[in-house]
Amino acid sequence: MERIPVLKLDQFLLVTIQVELHDQLALTLQDDLTTMVSRHSSRGVLIDISALDIVDSFIGRTLAHIAALSRILDAATVLVGMRPAVAITMVELGLTLPGVSTALNVERGMTLLREAVGNEHDDEDDAE
Amino acid sequence: MNTTTKTTRSESVLIRNQEDLQRVRALVRQWAQPPLSFSTVEQTKLVTAASELARNTLIYGLGGTFLIEDVTDALARRGLRLSFRDEGPGIPDIAKAMQDGYTTGGGMGLGLSGAKRLVSEFSIDSAPGKGTLVCITQWTRRL
Ligand SMILES: Nc1ncnc2c1ncn2[C@@H]1O[C@H](COP(=O)(O)OP(=O)(O)OP(=O)(O)O)[C@@H](O)[C@H]1O
Ligand SMILES: [Mg+2]
Repeated sequence: MERIPVLKLDQFLLVTIQVELHDQLALTLQDDLTTMVSRHSSRGVLIDISALDIVDSFIGRTLAHIAALSRILDAATVLVGMRPAVAITMVELGLTLPGVSTALNVERGMTLLREAVGNEHDDEDDAE
Repeated sequence: MNTTTKTTRSESVLIRNQEDLQRVRALVRQWAQPPLSFSTVEQTKLVTAASELARNTLIYGLGGTFLIEDVTDALARRGLRLSFRDEGPGIPDIAKAMQDGYTTGGGMGLGLSGAKRLVSEFSIDSAPGKGTLVCITQWTRRL
């Protein structure tokens, strides 16, 4: 079956979507990511969508589901590289992505994920 | 049909499965290129609206036909008109279906209402047992 490769990097999972994300492929990605977050106890998921020229309601819903499922499994989700035209169109469509953080590029996205994990550790330290 | 617009060329695609949705998006992308002077944002909006409506045709309309037309209005303005026609169950309450968040299929209920916001013109004709026809037009900006 056609699938998008998921790269494991320490406690994070990285995905670069380089093909057109049709509905079945999006659902397969959702399943794969959820399984891998659970299997590797990942703390964050970074999805690079810079190659996507549209995000419609189905893709948006799938991305929001990925974030919600990851959250339940204690992992943060960061979306990087959204094209400006895609962002404008999403807003007009009325699509919001609850629970999804966004960053301009992969580097900043990784920083965001490390901070999210780091801050939680700080919180735990504070609580002690 | 607007009598003041003229169609210079057209192409149609049968919508029967997921691959056909990709075909529709690819065709709209291709037709929205120069010489038609759409901005990247206008192109993105049109392809996104097409994706929403084609998926509705497939899922709710149980398949149908997509038609793309290169149109020119009385003032020589160019645009693309997309039609999505099916002979599925139809929509009993169009006003309700056009509301943000209204869905009978566990979606987000943004396809119809959102698509309308993304294009210059939007029309919908549907009745139970008769099927559904949605037409959208994106006009290029006047030069
Ligand atoms: N071609 C159609 N034939 C029959 N019913 C339709 C058709 N298109 C839309 N509908 C009805 O209108 C409702 C709203 O459609 P809309 O596209 O706005 O939302 P959705 O498809 O339910 O969710 P989303 O598009 O956000 O994933 C649908 O749930 C369905 O009941
Ligand atoms: Mg829809």
